Amino acid sequence: MVQFDNVAVRYGRGPEILQDISFTLPAGSFHFLTGSSGAGKSTLLRLMYLAQRPSRGRIVLFGRDVAVAKRYELPALRRRVGVVFQDFRLLDHLSALDNVALPLRVAGANENDVRKFVPDLLTWVGLADHLDAKPPTLSGGQKQRVAIARAVIGRPDLLLADEPTGNVDDNIAMRLMYLFEELNKLGTTVVVATHNENLVSRLPYPQLRLENGQMRRG
Amino acid sequence: MRKRALFFRRSDLPLDQDATSRFLPWLVAPMVFLCAVALTSVFILNGLIGRWDRDVSGTLTVEIAAAPGDASESAERTREKVERTLALLKDFPGVARARALSQDQLVALLAPWLGNSDLLKELPLPALIDVTTLPDTPPDLTALTSKLSQSVSGASLDDHRVWLSRLIGLSRSIEWLAIAIAVLIGGVTSATVFYATRTGMAVHQEVIEVLHLIGAPDDYIARQFADRAFVLGLKGGVIGLILTLPILAAIGVTAKRLEGGFLAELSLPIIGWASVLALPAVAALLAMVTARVTVHRTLAHLL
Repeated sequence: MVQFDNVAVRYGRGPEILQDISFTLPAGSFHFLTGSSGAGKSTLLRLMYLAQRPSRGRIVLFGRDVAVAKRYELPALRRRVGVVFQDFRLLDHLSALDNVALPLRVAGANENDVRKFVPDLLTWVGLADHLDAKPPTLSGGQKQRVAIARAVIGRPDLLLADEPTGNVDDNIAMRLMYLFEELNKLGTTVVVATHNENLVSRLPYPQLRLENGQMRRG
Repeated sequence: MRKRALFFRRSDLPLDQDATSRFLPWLVAPMVFLCAVALTSVFILNGLIGRWDRDVSGTLTVEIAAAPGDASESAERTREKVERTLALLKDFPGVARARALSQDQLVALLAPWLGNSDLLKELPLPALIDVTTLPDTPPDLTALTSKLSQSVSGASLDDHRVWLSRLIGLSRSIEWLAIAIAVLIGGVTSATVFYATRTGMAVHQEVIEVLHLIGAPDDYIARQFADRAFVLGLKGGVIGLILTLPILAAIGVTAKRLEGGFLAELSLPIIGWASVLALPAVAALLAMVTARVTVHRTLAHLL
């Protein structure tokens, strides 16, 4: 599913943010990505959702070597990846429903399917009363749930979540983790980057731990 | 995805809130206005040139210099030359009709320059023969000139080409100038849309990045800018066309006043009307294609 071989990232002439990262995520696996602030978790996720290239090393995503993939092939690879951004990155001018519908519309889904599945999912994450609400009118936790719904609506093969429970209480956090688990049981590979030790300890999944730009498996 | 009409197609980008949405139509409008004026000039000039060419290409003029001597003697000898020339022309292949202009007609032709005096009738005037040629088998002008000069002293042939070619040359230059102006206007419009699109992309950089990261192909984003540019281009084009209509109406009124005269073709042919009326659509398509290409080229720099 995902394979990193000796991947490193540096910005300009600065030090390497990530050094010789090598790991494989089998299809259908569930991992936590942990590490202190500035350890490189977000950078590692950016590499996985194809937002940036590594300075060196090889990344294979869904069996495709990203370095040799043609540029026009990348959108199809990205559509197989669902991302929950740390800062949500919701589109403020669109309603919650339209934000969540984006991946479906980008993939060319039928509008009837959009109108059928999106409200169901938003109801599931507890936002049934906020379908038409614009993000600026939502609380941090509500925005986070919209962001998560947007990441999972397309039933991605790989789900990457950057601090997905940072703005919600423990109950909602566990509820969202159950959603990720449900997706995982359906075959989605999940990587959750988190600081939340409580969450990590309550769920029986392995950790990819980043320390000083290097990876320790736990 | 179900196809929607262009004007109602969903856009994930809030382009209708942009400043470009307000100013672009007002930039396109004068472009379309200028282009319409340039195109109108081209078609009118083309019509005039065609008309002059048609009128002149089927006719020749034979001029016979006035014979020397006193007035009555000169007139008599000139008349004799005219009859010989008419006989020669009648038998010459390619000549449909030859008609000598009467003394009164010659005086009428000279009146604008020399006045309408009885004195004119006393002057030894050259004779003019108006020749109509066969349209499909025109006469061999070299042979005719040669035969005329051998048979009738003082006779010369004028096929009007010298002055007409100068006039046509001038008209063609103006026509090319108008075409160049139209092309230049198209280029400026394109450049305007290019910068408006780049500005729009900078303003909506974050939205574009999100769309890009969730797997939107470049064309998905480009299409949204292109749709918007089409609508704004069309809006500007229609405004420009509305501004042009009084000009076209004025030309129509002028043409009516000149009807039957030298500039009788001073009106827009149907193809001209069609071209001018199509300008808003052309402007809209130009804006659409420019926006699409601009977005594609800009996004090509992203991973």
